[in-house]
Amino acid sequence: MMNDAIFTRDRLINLALIVTTIWFIWFAQHFFDEYTIRIINNVAIFIILAVSYNLINGITGQFSLEPNGFIAIGAYVTAILTVDAEGMLYQYDIEDPYPWILALQSNFGWALFFSGTISALLALSLAFPVFRVRGDYLAIVTLGFGFIIRILAINSPEITNGSLGINDIPEFSNLYWTGGMAIFTVIAILNIIYSKYGRAMKAVRDDEDAATAMGINTFKIKTMAFTTSAFFEGIGGGLLAALLTSISPDLFTFFLTFQLLIIIVLGGLGSTTGAILGTIFVMAGLEYMRFLDEPMSLFGFETEGTPGMRMVVFSLILILVMLFAREGLMGKKELKDLFKKKKVNK
Amino acid sequence: MDILTFMQQMVNGFSLGSMYALIAIGYTMVYGVLRLINFAHGDIMMVGAFLGYALMTTFELSFPVAVLLSVILSALLGMLMDKIAYKPLREAPKISLLITAIGISFFLENAFTVFGGGTPRPFPVPDYMEKIFDVSGVIFSVASIMVPVVTLILLLGILYVLYRTKYGMAIRALSFDIKTVNLMGIDGNKIIALVFGLGSALAAVGGLFWAVNYPSVEPMMGVLVGLKAFAAAVVGGIGSVTGAVIGGFIIGFTEVVVIAFWPEMGGYKDAFAFVFLILVLLFKPTGIMGEDLEKGRF
Repeated sequence: MMNDAIFTRDRLINLALIVTTIWFIWFAQHFFDEYTIRIINNVAIFIILAVSYNLINGITGQFSLEPNGFIAIGAYVTAILTVDAEGMLYQYDIEDPYPWILALQSNFGWALFFSGTISALLALSLAFPVFRVRGDYLAIVTLGFGFIIRILAINSPEITNGSLGINDIPEFSNLYWTGGMAIFTVIAILNIIYSKYGRAMKAVRDDEDAATAMGINTFKIKTMAFTTSAFFEGIGGGLLAALLTSISPDLFTFFLTFQLLIIIVLGGLGSTTGAILGTIFVMAGLEYMRFLDEPMSLFGFETEGTPGMRMVVFSLILILVMLFAREGLMGKKELKDLFKKKKVNK
Repeated sequence: MDILTFMQQMVNGFSLGSMYALIAIGYTMVYGVLRLINFAHGDIMMVGAFLGYALMTTFELSFPVAVLLSVILSALLGMLMDKIAYKPLREAPKISLLITAIGISFFLENAFTVFGGGTPRPFPVPDYMEKIFDVSGVIFSVASIMVPVVTLILLLGILYVLYRTKYGMAIRALSFDIKTVNLMGIDGNKIIALVFGLGSALAAVGGLFWAVNYPSVEPMMGVLVGLKAFAAAVVGGIGSVTGAVIGGFIIGFTEVVVIAFWPEMGGYKDAFAFVFLILVLLFKPTGIMGEDLEKGRF
């Protein structure tokens, strides 16, 4: 078979992409100004989130609204693990933190790992009741989960410092961490997608009954996709906490999930390439559309600053894309599918 | 806990449960017909309350007229929503429908925040609704009696429409098989629009009751209530209208009673419905009145 060769065309392209990205990260870290670096950091984190969100929504076809919940979990775990005992005692004004919360300490790498693991375990416990029935309830259960996490965070000040949130989180996130994790996530998710499990996920999406008939354990596959995506969302949350250096329950509202939903829908549900492109477009769009929230004059009328305007525009975009361009940018195609097509046309 | 407090909590539970029930009926009917969780349903409830508020303050209409108008307008909004956003996607994968639904929900919330302001506004409750009776120590307000009574009347009305009219028969038929219904010469889309209209009207009634009981309206009021009402629909057995009402009462009573017994749990009261939802999915996914999910509904 052709695949016996070590350097096939696809592998060379992949390698070139990875090397270019690493070079870009190095270049950005050394030559870009702080504002640009911050935006690139954000984009890298959102690539992690979008690509893993796409695994459950786009690849497995189970509509879920979980990201804000798991991002919150990841962010809080990383914050609790990296802020030292002294800093915590200083900050926790509402109630004194539990001793075990103070005792929990680790370096940033382990903190990220635990962020992911705890998110994944929670996802497992949610997936069990939901997927036992059918995917329908996933959306509403995960939507509720996002609210519950917020309620819990506000109501257990011994752990999370309540509505004040945790501040002075050491700023570990830099381009090497965020960019490196983004590369790792994309490679890991793509490997899952192209494995037999990935094919099973797509089969569940396209026709669940047929997939069951072919001997696929749909419960297991759906749970796996959901747990994996929660794992990476937890890591993304940890990176976000270490980038922002302060977190509070109000940070992880439904808007976060909505942003990610727009990203993967615009990029094309079911395409990892689309999720990455979508992230870049939407993040740029969000920055650019800041003017919508500010006072402006329109046809001679002075409008006041309306803080929700961007979200109105975003929800309209989402509805319009769904109605008129359901495929998004990439449809279900990946980068390499685009190359293949060219080859055929020749 | 003495008997008086208990009776008092019963009154409160009935009132709260009725509101959940009214909203849950809309969820359950739309789910029964289209297998769609209509995320925007909770926001229709908010719109209903807001319209009532606007009609009473800006246009200075009396309470009954404002209620009637806002219910009609909400029903029209529900039908419009179906026509613009859901009808073009009938043949699309279900995930597209769900994404559109969440888009509409988010749109309504934010549009009302932008154009109506995000801060809660006091709802002008008419004096006669706040009149208080004292029946041997248990305190009733007119509203707390009216809410369950109106809910029961509306429930009977909906059951009458479903089981005693041609339209109801068409709705029940739709929940079995849309294509066959179309072949029978019934316009399925019209019937679906009717379902959205009925559900939205009930949600608006629920929203207006909510605004009367907690006298304020704000753009995000529908989110949590909608979630709990959906939980109620699942607890009662999704697809069953009677089940939705029973589920609504169960969730409403639990919330009231738990807080009455353990006031320190107050901060977590919004989480109960969610715990209920998970437990029902774990142990009895079809809910109390629900039948097998693959058979017809109602």
